[in-house]
Amino acid sequence: MGAVERDSAVEHAVSDHALVLKAQAGDREAFGELVARYMRRAYYAALGLTGSHDDALDLSQEAFVRAYRARASLDPDRPFYPWLYQIVRRLCFNMQRDRRTRRRRMEEATPWLQDQADARAAASDPARDVERSELRSRLEVAIDALPEREREVLVLKEFEGLRYREIAELLGIPIGTVMSRLYTARKNLAEILGDVL
Amino acid sequence: MSERGAAAGDERARRLLMRGLDGELPAEEREELERLLNSDASVRAEWDRLVRLKEVTDTMKLQQPPDEVWKDYWESVYVRLERGIGWILLSVGAIVLVSYGLWMGAQEIIADTEMPLYLKAAILATTVGVVVLLVSVVREKLFIGRTERYKDVER
Repeated sequence: MGAVERDSAVEHAVSDHALVLKAQAGDREAFGELVARYMRRAYYAALGLTGSHDDALDLSQEAFVRAYRARASLDPDRPFYPWLYQIVRRLCFNMQRDRRTRRRRMEEATPWLQDQADARAAASDPARDVERSELRSRLEVAIDALPEREREVLVLKEFEGLRYREIAELLGIPIGTVMSRLYTARKNLAEILGDVL
Repeated sequence: MSERGAAAGDERARRLLMRGLDGELPAEEREELERLLNSDASVRAEWDRLVRLKEVTDTMKLQQPPDEVWKDYWESVYVRLERGIGWILLSVGAIVLVSYGLWMGAQEIIADTEMPLYLKAAILATTVGVVVLLVSVVREKLFIGRTERYKDVER
């Protein structure tokens, strides 16, 4: 199990395949069940790509709306989430490319990462807590500065806990490309965070 | 070594570093990574830096939203679905009604023999302008916003 709760890893009485077929026939309850299964993954994917709770919520919900409208084009024999993820990422990339949105986000930036060492550090050493908070903030800025494809692979690996094979399947790229993008992303991050590493 | 050979060697080294860092390296390749780290100080320095970065990212996770978000999630998606259909029906209905009203009005104006020609021309110009703007706005909302903006995004 990865860092983010993986909805698809849970066993369900009704398969995705059956729900997709019902949704394609216009059954909104079946589609609602698919939403319930994948809303967390869609949200966290969007959060990793946009770095904003509001945008992640808005874009992940919009992705489900578009998925429902385009449900006729989905092959029920193929897994649902990779198809949904393509919609999520396109929405996120498009939003990120909008300069006005980027400017607004810079002005309204709120933390989107959570330091798991925060609570322990705060209890034992307030000075270290401030240091960790600064580190988290700098990491967020450094990830924001990465090109979208590098950021995407980094987020899928580090924060969603996917393996290389899973990332490759999700993005439809070779495993070698996953590793190359990850290397470049980490190299860039290490350079930006140089003095605190 | 040729440039291509050197590049391939670099690529091999990068992949070893990544897989070693992420624990996806089999035992035999683990030894290869160790040999590489021991034989090249610059690779060792890069490895150490990447390990420190990994230690930082391992302590971070994505911020969790409040539980209410999940309770209201499907409801929000459902409302958007309904509103989308509502907007399409409203737009189509409005276009038909406005077009019908304009057509009836135009017929009356044309039949009115007392109205000066320049006034008829002004009304016609205003009407055509409104229709063009209306169609343009509807077209933008229904089609351009959904398709054109995403055409440059590769899957």
